[in-house]
Amino acid sequence: MTRGGRFSRLWLILSLAACVYLGARIGGDDKTLFIPGAMTDGHHQIEMACASCHTPFGGVAQASCLVCHEAELAEALDAHGNRKFLNPRNAVQLERLDVRRCIVCHTEHRPAITGEMGVTLPLDYCSVCHENVARVRPSHEGMSFVSCASAGCHNFHDNRALYEDFLLAHAREPSGDPPMPGADPHPATFPGRFPPRRTPIAVEPGDRRSLTAADADAPAASARGELVERWAGSAHARAGINCGDCHGAPWTDDPPEELCGTCHVEEPRGFRAGKHGMRLAAGFGPMTPALARLPMKSEASSFALGCGSCHDVHDVDLRPAAAAACLSCHADEHSESYPASPHGRSWESELAGLGTPGSGVSCASCHMPRLQEGDAILVQHNQNANLRPNEKMIREVCLTCHSLGLTIDALADPESIRRNFPGPPALHVESLEMARARRR
Amino acid sequence: MTKDSVVRGGGSPMSGMGRRIGWIASRMRRARRGVGIGRAAAAAGLVVAGTVALGTCGPSASDGDLEEGGISPRVMADALHTVIEADRTIYARHVVNRLQDEEGVIAASEHWLDDKALPLPAQVFRMGAELAAEKSDDFYYALISKWPINIQNEPRTPMEAEGLDSLAADPSRPFYGNETLAGTTYFTAVYPDVAVAEACVTCHNAHRDSPRDDFRVGEVMGAVVVRIPLR
Ligand code: HEC
Repeated sequence: MTRGGRFSRLWLILSLAACVYLGARIGGDDKTLFIPGAMTDGHHQIEMACASCHTPFGGVAQASCLVCHEAELAEALDAHGNRKFLNPRNAVQLERLDVRRCIVCHTEHRPAITGEMGVTLPLDYCSVCHENVARVRPSHEGMSFVSCASAGCHNFHDNRALYEDFLLAHAREPSGDPPMPGADPHPATFPGRFPPRRTPIAVEPGDRRSLTAADADAPAASARGELVERWAGSAHARAGINCGDCHGAPWTDDPPEELCGTCHVEEPRGFRAGKHGMRLAAGFGPMTPALARLPMKSEASSFALGCGSCHDVHDVDLRPAAAAACLSCHADEHSESYPASPHGRSWESELAGLGTPGSGVSCASCHMPRLQEGDAILVQHNQNANLRPNEKMIREVCLTCHSLGLTIDALADPESIRRNFPGPPALHVESLEMARARRR
Repeated sequence: MTKDSVVRGGGSPMSGMGRRIGWIASRMRRARRGVGIGRAAAAAGLVVAGTVALGTCGPSASDGDLEEGGISPRVMADALHTVIEADRTIYARHVVNRLQDEEGVIAASEHWLDDKALPLPAQVFRMGAELAAEKSDDFYYALISKWPINIQNEPRTPMEAEGLDSLAADPSRPFYGNETLAGTTYFTAVYPDVAVAEACVTCHNAHRDSPRDDFRVGEVMGAVVVRIPLR
């Protein structure tokens, strides 16, 4: 056999071997071999759910992104929604930057070029279409396009709290800002602004009467006095929900988590849409702090996240879930600075019965806020809905107590955020003044 | 950057901007090709490339619906415009002008959701145009002007500019032409958008982003552009 012949045989054999090996790997459960680069913070938890985004040999379809993100974009009144660009008069702009597809700006698996919010474009991307902005906004002359979205003024998707007339409407409001640190951190006079929860449940308890410890229907072997006591003082007992309603017939000591969802519909939905529950939603095991990229307490590393990890299912006291539960895992500087921060002390004060009810600011007050939905007041269990980009917290969270000017400044000050807002922000964003100047 | 260079794709003397855009465009090409391909995946790609090539010969684009005896693009554009203009006039006269300007019941506001107000006529127009574009790629329409409140509504293609000029010279005749955008040729029709109610001019003349404050009822304020892809 000639040298060339031997070579092509070797090539053929190696190719076939590669084919068989790769074929087996791609069909198998462990697809790590095919991951071209680490995923963004947003998606790393579901890295192995390749098919959630990739269509076999079809790349990443826009629809894959929308399965999870469409609702929140609609809610944000997406300023650059796909439908705005369907008209062919946008052709020239789209040739430069096809903003109709998420992955053009948010390319996955590219850690080296991935910036905040998973953006993989250079930060001056706004210039592609808005290069002439200074013509109609002379105040913007000479501003760097890098600063449009990074200086607290604009957001590509969500400008609900940043548009000019909103700034003006709220600039007029007298500042309702609570006293800054240095003054009394939790004055009894500061009114409570957080509403009590009012959650509808899917299964109406009907005319069940409220129950006491004597009514507990748990089998003797499982009816530990301490658990029964806690349950007897809970909202479940008041609503007539007995042990057997959750522990079932035949009795089980560990009812499955999904059970909570039979009555509580909205909360698990939000939970699974956020970082705490997205693994469950993607069909993996529960999230644990060990799998997180944020700093977590080592002693919590194997903690499996579900309803019961924040809520004690027996006493159903919601207060521990609002801060203490968070701090049992989270160990980044923002979280660890919380207890001593003005917000943290106001919460402590409310827990101690000193502050007005609804005046304490827990972790959940800001990141899992209580939101009015029709007649109900629901707790948003998607922690991502009020996190990043932090401008989306302005309307639903910060303005509950603070003026818009202070809010915009604080959210643009990374140092203040890192230390959990120890005092007035050190940074000032000029957008309110600019809006006022243009009105004159 | 001048508008000409925008239309030609950015070969202007502002080379910094040109470079940046070129850079972004190359990123986009990569994104279009699919996200980064790892070495393992590349190897797999080599092996399967042939197989895939066989599978990608999809059906061809739909055959021309405008066969002989069918309606011409111009008739279709004129008909679409008739409906668009009728609805727009009714909304301006009998909703906005009546409720806001005559009866003072409810205002029209750009931020109609927050302000619990009526959407502006231009917003109703665009919402309709966007919804239609999501449902059909057989036609598109837009509202433009030489004196726009929103600079995104400035003429963007040479034909839009030509159409507006032609209407300025003679508003009684629509402007028609063919233009090619992103590889598709369109039959493009440009119709005058007239201030049909007092509300049109009071609002535009008072708006802080309006380059003009002297519009009068009956005047051409802009144009409705209807495009029909020719395939
Ligand atoms: C209450 C205020 C208001 C009224 C009434 C109003 N417009 Fe407008 N119009 C606007 C605003 C604001 C825009 C810009 C909307 C956008 O694209 O963001 C606009 C956009 C337009 C445009 C596109 C170019 C531009 O200015 O951006 C035209 C053309 C136009 N309007 C014509 C009319 C006509 C004709 C009427 C009456 C039928 C009318 N407008 C009524 C406020 C108004």
